[in-house]
Amino acid sequence: MSSLLRLATAGSVDDGKSTLVGRLLYDTKSVLADQLDAVTRASVDKGLSTPDLSLLVDGLRSEREQGITIDVAYRYFATPRRSFVLADTPGHVQYTRNTVTGASTAQLAVLLVDARKGVVEQTRRHAAVLALLGVPRLVLAVNKIDLVDYDEETFSVIAKEFTAHAESLGYEHGSVVTIPVSALEGDNVATSSERTPWYDGPALLEHLETVPVAPDPHEAAFRFPVQYVIRPRTPEHLDYRGYAGQIAAGTVRPGDEIVVLPAGLRSTVERIDTADGPLDEAGAGTSVTLLLADDLDISRGDLIAVADRQPRVTDELTATLCWLSSKQLKPGARVLVKHGTRTVQANVTELTARFDEQTLSSVDDPESLDLNDIGRVELYLAEPLGVDDYTDSPRTGAFLVIDPKDGDTLAAGLVGERFP
Amino acid sequence: MTTLTVPSGAKPQTPAAIAFDNLAALESEAIHIFREVAGEFDRPVILFSGGKDSTLLLHLAIKAFWPAPVPFPLLHVDTGHNFDEVIAFRDHVVEKHGLRLVVAKVQDWIDDGRLEERADGMRNPLQTTPLLDTIAENKFDAVFGGGRRDEERARAKERIFSLRNSFGQWEPRRQRPELWNLYNGRHRPGEQVRVFPLSNWTEADVWNYIAREKVELPSIYYAHQREVYQRDGMWLTEGPWGGPRADEQVQELSVRYRTVGDGSCTGAIESTAVTVADVIAEVSASRLTERGATRADDRMSEAAMEDRKREGYF
Repeated sequence: MSSLLRLATAGSVDDGKSTLVGRLLYDTKSVLADQLDAVTRASVDKGLSTPDLSLLVDGLRSEREQGITIDVAYRYFATPRRSFVLADTPGHVQYTRNTVTGASTAQLAVLLVDARKGVVEQTRRHAAVLALLGVPRLVLAVNKIDLVDYDEETFSVIAKEFTAHAESLGYEHGSVVTIPVSALEGDNVATSSERTPWYDGPALLEHLETVPVAPDPHEAAFRFPVQYVIRPRTPEHLDYRGYAGQIAAGTVRPGDEIVVLPAGLRSTVERIDTADGPLDEAGAGTSVTLLLADDLDISRGDLIAVADRQPRVTDELTATLCWLSSKQLKPGARVLVKHGTRTVQANVTELTARFDEQTLSSVDDPESLDLNDIGRVELYLAEPLGVDDYTDSPRTGAFLVIDPKDGDTLAAGLVGERFP
Repeated sequence: MTTLTVPSGAKPQTPAAIAFDNLAALESEAIHIFREVAGEFDRPVILFSGGKDSTLLLHLAIKAFWPAPVPFPLLHVDTGHNFDEVIAFRDHVVEKHGLRLVVAKVQDWIDDGRLEERADGMRNPLQTTPLLDTIAENKFDAVFGGGRRDEERARAKERIFSLRNSFGQWEPRRQRPELWNLYNGRHRPGEQVRVFPLSNWTEADVWNYIAREKVELPSIYYAHQREVYQRDGMWLTEGPWGGPRADEQVQELSVRYRTVGDGSCTGAIESTAVTVADVIAEVSASRLTERGATRADDRMSEAAMEDRKREGYF
């Protein structure tokens, strides 16, 4: 049984992300002959002598025309040890929101820099976004190492500068790995390169295959947003009433004492059901159906939590927003907040700070938040929610900010004062 | 037939048995997506062609709502160029699970002049209009499809919840960011959301899961003797789509289908794979993608899939 690692790429434009991803696909034999034929044909049409591997991933007409990646794309590759879902995100400043999208589900991010340019503004910005969203592990791929003659000194200067930046964002020593690569030539991507004898770490693919996939901490408190009530009303299951959902955090067992929020009703888990039979225990990420000992009034939007470690129930939130829309946020805005399976109306009462990724400092009381800004806000909710701080429980500390007028997603929200 | 055997009083599984491997994670994600749509939309529908992806989709939907029935009808856009085995399978599944099936026949649109037969006889590209008309007529607001991002470069850009305008069109530059597992299904009247629970599955995942869950598929996915003729480098079978022509030689070969679609543009591959295990071995050794090998409609231009999606296709 192979495990699944979800990862994201990030980095500045033209640093070779699409080529690196193309190389990973190519070297793991995830590219098949007809796909390679199509890329070879297109490369010849463009007058190139070798296949341009970035064409494997730039799927949209306008991306191929401009030679850039516009939208996040998802790629799949596998080795005998592990399966990978890779969110391939664009580097342009105006598409930073796609980095937020990719990072929200990533267990690891590969940040690229161009060895000739080193750590640039966009590298620091992306590292800050990855830290904010709590991506547990980073890899810095110092790409185009062939263009600096495989120079050890160039690599170690960049590696030191980046590691220091990542540590100032809260990354611990050991959760950041730096690797010299040439995506174009394949150095240290799937196999260790003889041209960097001074580098004794793993090739990128080997690192991705062996890095521990951080499991949900066993001690995390149980959280279960109710998605759907299953009531068959069929002759065999006349009295069946199950609460279906995906476990957001922690573990549940029959007999556990639970509380249903926001109402505060209490009961005990009687059974954990699935179509394949009942379970003794289920952990984060599992879709199950809970049957409770008492007949309570529970519906979609309620949050079931372990009784002795409850989330706080509140109608006032301090939160950090990654503003993903070109519509500006001003104090007083009316929005919708989608948290777990519940959507409530909310008023943004105050903008208290805007984060500056360059200086890692904040500006107080900004007038607005604009596209790609990270800011701290005060929200007043029309109905109370059961929330955790994002730091303690990402799935119950995260929410969407939605425009009530047209339904657009405006921001990624994180409960708590958290800045990187 | 999607066989779901749920023994009553089944022995509880041990934690080791529920270790979270790749397929368990993908299954859990798909079930979560089905339940989100059931919770937030008024009139969802599952696109069902009888092919392996839509059969898997239905299998997952059944698991998501068990022991209650699937709360959505099925919709089949029938090109009129189907394989008999697939239609028989479709009807069998519908009956077995007591589902409601809506069929939109491309032929009806051709007969009353709303569509015109193409010179090349392909009907896959003609499906878009009947699909959009039927969605509008039934006021479906969420439409499940079996699309996977690994199928094609443009599909790799697709969100799990994909908002389409009132013309059913996809606008890749205006897609909503999709964060965590919080799906935004808000839409205005007339707009619809296409939903892809299998987004993160690969062809290998699909076959491994079919093996694990013992999902029954139409017989033509496995090797069988068939009279076929060659056209544009593909093995086509005789049918209402016109063929073989005078210059096309019919021969009997051992073949199977890797994808199932319109008979005019879906080719068979030479194969001796008669079991799921044989197919898994064959697929993992293949140097061609499932669409590259046998789907003529994707070969029409560099951006054929993207262009059709912009028109409202899946």
